[in-house]
Amino acid sequence: MPDLLNEIVHKYNYWLYIILMMIGLYAMISKNNLIKKLVGMNIFQTAIILFFISIGYKEDATIPIIVSGHGGDAAHQAIQAANYINPLPHVLMLTAIVVSVATLGVALALVVMIYQRYQTLEEDEIRMRVKQL
Amino acid sequence: MTAVLADYRGYDTMFETVVIFAAGLACILLLRTYIQRTRGREYRHIPTGIIIHIQDPNKAPKGLREFELIDNIWVPHDLIIKTVCRILIPFIQIFSLYVVMHGDFSPGGGFQGGVIFGASLILLAISFDLRTALQLVSEKTLGMLCALGVVIYSGIGCLCIMLSGNFLDYGTLSQILPVDPNHIRALGMLGVEIGVGITVMAVMVVLYINIASEGRHHQGL
Repeated sequence: MPDLLNEIVHKYNYWLYIILMMIGLYAMISKNNLIKKLVGMNIFQTAIILFFISIGYKEDATIPIIVSGHGGDAAHQAIQAANYINPLPHVLMLTAIVVSVATLGVALALVVMIYQRYQTLEEDEIRMRVKQL
Repeated sequence: MTAVLADYRGYDTMFETVVIFAAGLACILLLRTYIQRTRGREYRHIPTGIIIHIQDPNKAPKGLREFELIDNIWVPHDLIIKTVCRILIPFIQIFSLYVVMHGDFSPGGGFQGGVIFGASLILLAISFDLRTALQLVSEKTLGMLCALGVVIYSGIGCLCIMLSGNFLDYGTLSQILPVDPNHIRALGMLGVEIGVGITVMAVMVVLYINIASEGRHHQGL
C-alpha cells in the first residue's frame, strides 16, 4: 500500500494532466455555449500535449542537440542517450499542435455558419429554433 | 527535430500536411460567399475629403492611392500601430525563413516557420485592414500555395521512387544533385520542410481571412 501511494505521489504530473483533461471534457459536455465547448476541446488537447511532453522528459538530461556537435569533434565522443531528452514525443506533439489549430479553424468556421443561420450560439436556443423550422 | 519529423516519421508528417490542407479547403468551402453587391460603395478622396458614391463595381477606383473605401465599420487608422507593424513585419518574415532554413540543425522547421510567416501576414491584416493583406497575396495565390506545399512534399517523395528508391528515401537524390552524399538527406528534408512551411503559412492566412470576415473578404476585425 505505501508503494502504491508512493507511486501515485511520485507521478503527480500525470494526475494533473488527467484533471486538466477532465476539465476539458466537462466543458465540452456540459457547457451550453458553443465557443465554450471549443475552449474545452482546446484544454483537452493541451492536456494530451503536456502528457506526451512529460513522457519524453528525463532527469538531468539536456535538449536533444549533441553537446559540442557544432564544434566538430562529436564523432569521437560516445553519445549517451540518457543525457538527452527523447525528441520523439516532442515531434509528435508539434504536429498535434498544428493539427489542433487546423481543427479549431474548421470548428470556428462551422460556428460562424451556425451563427449566421440561427443568430445565437447557445445550444438550447439553437435546438428550439431547429424545432420551430 | 526536423530529422525525426521529415525522415524518421516522413509519412506521418506528409499526411499531417494533407490534414492542414484539408482544413483550409473545408474552411473555404464552408464560409466563402460570392454575393455580388448591388447597392454600390462609397469612396473618400483623401486630399480633398470629398465622398463619392459609385454604383458600378467595375468603375471602382482600384489601385489609386488617393481613394479610400468606406466600410460599414470604419475605424480610423492609428499611426503608431501602423508604423510599428510596418517596421516589425519584415523582421518577423526573415525570422520565419531562418526557422525553416535552420530546421535541420537546430529546433525549428516547416510547421513553426510557416506559422510565424502566416502570423506576420495576419498582423498586416489586423494592423492595416483585410484588403491591404489581400492585395499583397490574393485569394487565388493563397489557394495555389496551399496546394503547392503538398505537391512539393509528395513530389520529392515520388522523385525518390523514380530514382529507384523507396518513397521519401532522400539518399537516392544524390544521383541527380551534385552534393556530398552525406548532406543529401539534410537537403531533401529541407525541401520537404519548405513544402510544409508554404502549406501551413497559406492555410493559416486562409483560416484567418475567412473566419474574420465571415467569408466575404470585405472587412475583417
